[in-house]
Amino acid sequence: MLYREAGDFKTSYTDDGQTFPIKFDRIGYYVALIVAFAIVPFVINDYWVNAIFLPFLIYAIAAIGLNVLVGYCGQVSLGTGGFMAVGAYACYKFMTGIDIWIGGVQYALPPINIFFSVILAGFVTAIVGVLFGLPSLRIKGFYLAVATLAAQFFLVWLFNKWSWTYNYSASGQISAPERGMFGVPVTGPNTEAWATYLFCLVFVVVLALIARNLTRGSVGRKWMAIRDMDIAAEIIGVDPLKAKLSAFAVSSFYVGIAGALFFSVYLGAVEVGEAFGIQKSFLVLFMVIIGGLGSIFGSFAGAAFLVLLPVLLKNVLVSGLGWPTDLAAHLEFMIVGALIVTFLILEPHGLAQLWRVIKEKLRLWPFPH
Amino acid sequence: MSVNDNEPYVTADGRKIGGVLMEMKNITLRFGGVKAITDISFDIREGEIRAIIGPNGAGKSSMLNVISGFYIPQEGEVWYKGAPRPQMKPYEVAQQGIARTFQNIALFEGMTVLDNVMTGRLNHMKTGLLAQAIWKGKAQAEEVENREVAEKIIDFLEIQHIRKTPVARLPYGLKKRVELARALAAQPSLLLLDEPMAGMNVEEKEDMSRFILDVNDEFGTTIALIEHDMGVVMDLSDRVVVMDYGKKIGDGTPDEVRNNQNVIDAYLGVAHD
Repeated sequence: MLYREAGDFKTSYTDDGQTFPIKFDRIGYYVALIVAFAIVPFVINDYWVNAIFLPFLIYAIAAIGLNVLVGYCGQVSLGTGGFMAVGAYACYKFMTGIDIWIGGVQYALPPINIFFSVILAGFVTAIVGVLFGLPSLRIKGFYLAVATLAAQFFLVWLFNKWSWTYNYSASGQISAPERGMFGVPVTGPNTEAWATYLFCLVFVVVLALIARNLTRGSVGRKWMAIRDMDIAAEIIGVDPLKAKLSAFAVSSFYVGIAGALFFSVYLGAVEVGEAFGIQKSFLVLFMVIIGGLGSIFGSFAGAAFLVLLPVLLKNVLVSGLGWPTDLAAHLEFMIVGALIVTFLILEPHGLAQLWRVIKEKLRLWPFPH
Repeated sequence: MSVNDNEPYVTADGRKIGGVLMEMKNITLRFGGVKAITDISFDIREGEIRAIIGPNGAGKSSMLNVISGFYIPQEGEVWYKGAPRPQMKPYEVAQQGIARTFQNIALFEGMTVLDNVMTGRLNHMKTGLLAQAIWKGKAQAEEVENREVAEKIIDFLEIQHIRKTPVARLPYGLKKRVELARALAAQPSLLLLDEPMAGMNVEEKEDMSRFILDVNDEFGTTIALIEHDMGVVMDLSDRVVVMDYGKKIGDGTPDEVRNNQNVIDAYLGVAHD
């Protein structure tokens, strides 16, 4: 009864183009924001943050980023893990201070504030993403996916071999020193749950808003035009080079920020092959597909689904049914896999489509037609 | 006065026809050994409806593809707005004010009708990535401004009721109309229509003919169209180019063309001895 647009007349194009045209959605959105910012930080503890909130928020950023590329622009990428690694290592270099040589003279940049390190890491990843996006001008579909796979393996190899990137540490790992904002540490061993949570939440909210703004305007239409029919896009005046590369840049920016947060705030120390391997690329791609291609909400839903499901299963199997942990761990893989397959057969367009169908039904409720 | 002079004139129904907008000069297009177009020259004048007709395989669509930049002719020049056009990509041609529709609809199926029409405005939307990320202010103002133009076109073509419907759900006739709307939204100087009435029933053809005439009349848009329905072509167009086997066999007003012996031979066939 509440969920409908009837009687809610829009009198300007600005109103008509807003993110949540239905009042009920708008209220829901504000409530979610208030809960996320004003209630959750006071009630969470380390377990909740590390098992659920941080991975959910960070993967949501990565999923939005990949969705821009795959869902909106139609360019398949399997290089997400590699691009996350670029973000992580760039962030590490920025937060520990970069030494660079110009004309044989060494200059040492001072360490940069963690907040700006993360953003700069995004920009660095955007540049790398554009470079690896160049083949997309010539190749499409599966072939492009294979080309981005090359990026994945090359980047992981690079961060293994190029010792400058991990500050010549003996283990080859990078570990985040303690850094903070306004005197509150958000990286390193002495962080508080609420601080890391809020730090990531700010990034998620701002980046999601930006993604929404980009996808509803002319840039987003260019991407979607390229996705739906590249020849027709070109005939109406879309430069495919600019459209595809801007999608790669924006997408990699998001993925880079996700990688930076994943390393600095969530894990604290990473070894590149382990943290940013090919399985990470697939994980984020699954999130995008299960959540729904071409939907910001879908990116959140997909990230939530794949982060929460294993945690939920573990709790049910180990704590609930009392199974041994090793058995549960293996079964967990099978069940998650089976659920993904079942789910994709039942709803190939993902959680976002499911949500759309529910909304259509809600609009008519309680009447059948 | 003959319509083949380059002087501006006014048609019987009161539309103003101006000077030459586009001129094809000795265009030859080859695909390997196959000559799709052989040494064809004709012009399109401002404000007129110009038809290109001919039997199947005559090279009409190839001609349209040359104009819109898909094909680069091996010989000849395309003159546009009084100057020879350098070799350019299709999107650059579009940015010069040439819009087109396709024989088999080329809409963006995943987007709504409104979004499809708005893509026609992309050449007029200039805000950068950063301004759009912020949205409030410049990007939003531009969006609203262009939405107004798009809505006028939607209104004009009577597709308001399907504004928010995904294109994939529409029937064929409406898709054709949406495609026309997208091309019109660009406010082109030259509009190319590749078989706008293919696969339509009589009623839909009548609607489409009316829209084409209205577009030409109301916006003064120059239109070049390919069409197979002779009745429609003769009624709509000011001048007709007839092609057969890649060669031009006739050019002139519908009446002139109708009485041209070469054209009659091409359409009805002629005894070879």
